[in-house]
Amino acid sequence: MAEQSRIRLKAAIPKGRIYKKAAALFREAGIPVPDDVDDTRKLLVTLEEAGIEVILAKPADVPTYVEYGAADIGVVGKDVLMEENRSVYELLDLGIARCRMSVIGLPDWKPAIHPRVATKYPNIASRYFRERGQQVEVIKLNGSIELAPLVGLADRIVDLVESGQTIRENGLVELERMFDITSRLIANRASYRMKSGFVDEVCDRLQAAIDRREARVP
Amino acid sequence: MTMPKPKMFEKPRGVKDYLPDLAAKLRRIEWRVLETMARWGYRQIITPTLEYYDTVGLASSTANERLFKLLDNKGTTLVLRSEMTAPIARVVASLLKDEALPLRLSHHSNVFRAIEEEAGREWEFFQTGVELVGDGSPEADAEVIALMAECLKAAGVREFKIALGHIGVLSGLLEAALPERPDKRQTLRECLLHRNYVGYRAALKGMDLAPGARADLERILRLRGGREACDDALSVVRDDASRAALGHLRDVWDALQVYGVGGHVSIDLTMVGNFSYYTGLIFEGYAAGLGFPLCSGGRYDNLLASFGRPAPATGFALETNRIVLVADDPPEDGRRMLVLYRKHRREEAILHAMALRREKDAAVETVFVPEGTEIGPEADGEGKWRFKGRRYDMVFRFDE
Repeated sequence: MAEQSRIRLKAAIPKGRIYKKAAALFREAGIPVPDDVDDTRKLLVTLEEAGIEVILAKPADVPTYVEYGAADIGVVGKDVLMEENRSVYELLDLGIARCRMSVIGLPDWKPAIHPRVATKYPNIASRYFRERGQQVEVIKLNGSIELAPLVGLADRIVDLVESGQTIRENGLVELERMFDITSRLIANRASYRMKSGFVDEVCDRLQAAIDRREARVP
Repeated sequence: MTMPKPKMFEKPRGVKDYLPDLAAKLRRIEWRVLETMARWGYRQIITPTLEYYDTVGLASSTANERLFKLLDNKGTTLVLRSEMTAPIARVVASLLKDEALPLRLSHHSNVFRAIEEEAGREWEFFQTGVELVGDGSPEADAEVIALMAECLKAAGVREFKIALGHIGVLSGLLEAALPERPDKRQTLRECLLHRNYVGYRAALKGMDLAPGARADLERILRLRGGREACDDALSVVRDDASRAALGHLRDVWDALQVYGVGGHVSIDLTMVGNFSYYTGLIFEGYAAGLGFPLCSGGRYDNLLASFGRPAPATGFALETNRIVLVADDPPEDGRRMLVLYRKHRREEAILHAMALRREKDAAVETVFVPEGTEIGPEADGEGKWRFKGRRYDMVFRFDE
């Protein structure tokens, strides 16, 4: 229990694509998040001197941990935040894991009679097409979205594009850019009040680190 | 997807059974809260579960898709009440229209909202609250906030914070910065309503604003804390409406120090309020160990007018089914006693039980044990008794 009481803040950081970039930014901000946890099976890491416990979560679950207060703050892609629509504070644009969400299809794509769109983000995709007055059937897939147009499951897909290499390798093209995506710092509603000092401190340190990075870019 | 016929033990999503221990704890909390409200001069009223959609339903400013609606036998649309402020406004403007203002009323009831995703939300939940109608002064705001703090303490919530804001500060700032652009004002307000500070800053960047105005609108994100937050804000804010709102807020803050609850309160000028009928001071309470708010309230000076009796008003509601999750509950006071009897000693047993109920502060259960069955309450080794899995402080046997 004595161990527990030194924890001032619980932070959910997603494993996978974003982790190393987030860890690097946190270290620049003076919060010693370890560089390498991705290949361990550890789910919790305690940063003794910083008084922070890191929760290593699946990216799509970060907003859930934060909304329920199991984590006070979290790092999450704007894509997940838009898809999950959770009631949390979105405090900072961390400027990391920069990519975009796009509509992608075969180079010879023409409007289909019954358009189908495959995606990992059914809420975002439905809203996007609905707001543009387009009638599409949205199909939820869990991975390898690029397959869908190749095997005729859907005529277009909605997915993240970072360098564009994956879509090029699969003979697909970006038809429409939807949104720019970066990772965000989010906070639980109650933690934002009850632990405002700690949350502000982490926020300020990260903001300073982001400003230093931006100053380096000519 | 077609719904399969539910199994017999199932109940609709979003509603909950309260088993004896939880129900008892919830009732004790409600009782302590209502008692506190009564000691501050608030009289309880009860209003119906069903209201008309066109009156209270619309005035409640609950999103349409979150209202439970049904038709009465004439085909009129009814709603299950989604909050208590609008029903009480209806009563104050009609049945109580001859009672002089200010009126202090309390309420305790179940309310209904169809909420799909939000954490900790149920479709039916319990609210205990007050409305103070007919007093627009900072004194009235301070009274209800101080009372809310007292109620949280009475309920057994040890560590809590109340965030305090004023709708007028932000409205005034936005109006002054973007006088001709209600659409852009709305965009910024929506960002704050959804607690999206990143979106708020990005939207500000994209707007054509005087450099000073942009800096001011960005600064309010960090204007949080005590009285100094108000003073800082006064150095930022130039328009009369915002300055008046800040003056009001500062007055409330000072009064809260007198009530001795200043330590629990923190000012946040970005609060927008979850009900569109709010017009002034708004507040929300949080406790350690719970990720979502336990109580909220605010000033609604225009709502009464829509029921035909214009009057300023303020109030709050505690969500007791959330409070029960974090409240310290003093150990149960009453003792449990058991009277076991066989038929030939029925009279003695029942008379004894009746006497115990009259004289002792205890719950007394009588159990008839037919001839030929084992009576057997067991001593649990700690001076108490166990019978059919439940514990009793004392057991009386009438079986010999």
